[in-house]
Amino acid sequence: MKIDKTYEGSFHIVGGDFSRAGEASTELKTIMLSVGIEDEVVRRVAIATFEAEMNIIIYTPAGILRYSISPGEIRIIAEDMGPGIEDIELAMQKGYSTAPDWVREMGWGAGMGLPNMKKNADIFRIDSVVGEGTTVEMIIKP
Amino acid sequence: MRLKEIIRLLDAVVITNSRDSEAEIEWACATDLMSDVLYYSRGNSVLITGLAKQQAIRTSDIADIKVVVFTRGKEPDRQTIELSQKKKITLLITPYSMFTACGKLYEEGLRCCPE
Repeated sequence: MKIDKTYEGSFHIVGGDFSRAGEASTELKTIMLSVGIEDEVVRRVAIATFEAEMNIIIYTPAGILRYSISPGEIRIIAEDMGPGIEDIELAMQKGYSTAPDWVREMGWGAGMGLPNMKKNADIFRIDSVVGEGTTVEMIIKP
Repeated sequence: MRLKEIIRLLDAVVITNSRDSEAEIEWACATDLMSDVLYYSRGNSVLITGLAKQQAIRTSDIADIKVVVFTRGKEPDRQTIELSQKKKITLLITPYSMFTACGKLYEEGLRCCPE
């Protein structure tokens, strides 16, 4: 990574708004490419962020995606005001999903979102409180 | 496999293309599940899907997929076409089913994205 300073920012995500789904992740991808992050790292961050963004849109009324691009790592924090996850271990299993049919008709809800975030992140943390919300933190190192 | 070969083998209609038809596409991914695309695909691939919606283009853009094929002649709406133009993703429509489209490309040597 050639960058010598930290770039930070955030995106507000509105739940249920499929027409704009993916715009935040796409914008973050553009920012990463413009500051000179390698393609393969950009791809990993973009995929992990996109999954987090989709989860906010599918399951919650609203959330926020924060990013910090530093010389040694890229950190993404996705925080939502959603219903929370009752059983995180179960939700982490490939193929497990609580998505409703209308979401599946849009090509989502296959139960791969959280596993995919974990796969692409070097460090993956998830914290959830039922009735309050979920916070996902991902650190990707070049 | 060259893009022009994919177009020929699939009898595809080209909806948008900003790419040289000699461009080499390395792998293929066939699914209607967008998270499967994100989980299993590689960059510089062709996505074969029945999901003729904006989501397929948005997902492909995130995953660095260069070519998207909609199966069974499914025609995308205007927003989907505009997004593919904006993101410089080649968008094709094949009359074939996903199974047949995959078979035709496999037969000529194109392979699934390795895990």
